[in-house]
Amino acid sequence: MHELTSTRANHLIDPSLHVWEWQIPVYLFLGGLVAGMMVISGYFLLSGRQKRTRCACFMLPSLSLILLSLGMFALFLDLEHKLYFWRLYTTFEILSPMSWGSWILMLVYPAILANLLLRLPAPLQVAFPRLQELSDQLVGHPMFVKWVGAVNMVLGGLLGVYTGILISTLAARPLWNSALLGPIFLLSGMSAAAAFVHMIAREAEERELLAKADNGFLMTELIFIALFVGGMATSTQVHQQAAGLLLGGPYTAVFWVFVVGLGIVFPLVIQLLAVNHKIQHTPVAPILVMLGGLLLRFVIVSAGQMSHWTGN
Amino acid sequence: MARFGMVIDTTKCVACMDCVVACKTENEVPEGLCRDWIVQEVKGAFPELQMEIRSERCNHCDNPPCVDCCPTGASHVEPLGLTVQVTGDVCIGCKACLASCPYDARYIHPEGYADKCTFCMHRVVEGLEPACVAVCPTRCMYFGDLDDPNSQVSRLIRSRKGHTLLPEAGTKPRIHFLT
Ligand code: SF4
Ligand code: SF4
Repeated sequence: MHELTSTRANHLIDPSLHVWEWQIPVYLFLGGLVAGMMVISGYFLLSGRQKRTRCACFMLPSLSLILLSLGMFALFLDLEHKLYFWRLYTTFEILSPMSWGSWILMLVYPAILANLLLRLPAPLQVAFPRLQELSDQLVGHPMFVKWVGAVNMVLGGLLGVYTGILISTLAARPLWNSALLGPIFLLSGMSAAAAFVHMIAREAEERELLAKADNGFLMTELIFIALFVGGMATSTQVHQQAAGLLLGGPYTAVFWVFVVGLGIVFPLVIQLLAVNHKIQHTPVAPILVMLGGLLLRFVIVSAGQMSHWTGN
Repeated sequence: MARFGMVIDTTKCVACMDCVVACKTENEVPEGLCRDWIVQEVKGAFPELQMEIRSERCNHCDNPPCVDCCPTGASHVEPLGLTVQVTGDVCIGCKACLASCPYDARYIHPEGYADKCTFCMHRVVEGLEPACVAVCPTRCMYFGDLDDPNSQVSRLIRSRKGHTLLPEAGTKPRIHFLT
């Protein structure tokens, strides 16, 4: 036998860590989704697609701003010392991914705003005619448009990776202790964003393009998830125990059935059939992809907190 | 510069919890929370059982992940004794440090900031021992400078068998348990 009895019964810590509830997975999901939207709309700007009047890219900057602000609000709700939030911006802690993330977010907002300025939403055009004049001038500079596209792509990539790195550096929780979480969360964010644009696209060609891109993201994500679980299951004892949470443990069904099965494999099959013109494009696959992405964050955040180093 | 640490003789500890009560009283630790606690570990198969009783707390690690992950610098290494401390009014309560500590040594104070054992630095600067060390009826705890080869803690570590907790976590904990 090996039994540990502790008198500690601290709130949020015992019997197992549960410091983060719904707010953090929602923040990570929305952050990832916005990251994907920035990469996609940045690509549209770089490739000149924004010249098409019906391009879905015009909706992305304003939506990104709203979703990112909602994500930040969820993060704010999670803080226990809310009135001290500003302390994040009185320092830069080079070793802290959360500090990096806070400052990346400060760059992300102006990048999205610059993108928004290139095609102001109709209500803003009416309300602020001077802004529209500025917008017209900026669009006349193709280099500026390309720069805005490139910056959005780079910052989107950084934001997406950050959402995974944030937890993967917390080595005390073995399930999170994998650098693969960065690319997994980035890919999941990219695929959720592609699914979203696929859903709102008004041109058949654009829908097709996004569905194909989404299929690529989903397939790559599957490979990374397999590497993540495989790597964990073949690592040290604590990591094997952590992998056990997804391989026979309490998170097995939700992870494999809902996150992987219904959130990745099933929509991938539907979209492969759709891009091969065997069936029509419907919102079913994109909705499943987005829900799967959200659930992925819930499972990883929750199961990660349950994983721990065993005592001596 | 001193590098404070502790040595705890598990063969003397009787799990009386005096250290826990003393800490709560000295540091006004809110009800339902604790900065130190008692762990009883039983290993083996009957009748060959081994029991170790430990008074545990923040290990003031030499390589503290709680400091590295803190986005505001609230968790920091104090120059005096190189102890790990939290500045309450710089902390935003993000709980990254709680998640990063393999010993689960931290908690959130009801006022919203992260909190934990301070090695009673307010007493140490006055030349006193930490409250837990001072009250232990079996005198099983020792506090001192690990960098001073002649300190009692250094001599005990050299002369007795012992271990730290989860050395494999790479945090280089500074509390040594004698066995
Ligand atoms: S025991 Fe935990 S809280 Fe204390 S210094 Fe080490 S990692 Fe930080
Ligand atoms: S809870 Fe406070 S001390 Fe802990 S990492 Fe966050 S800001 Fe730093």
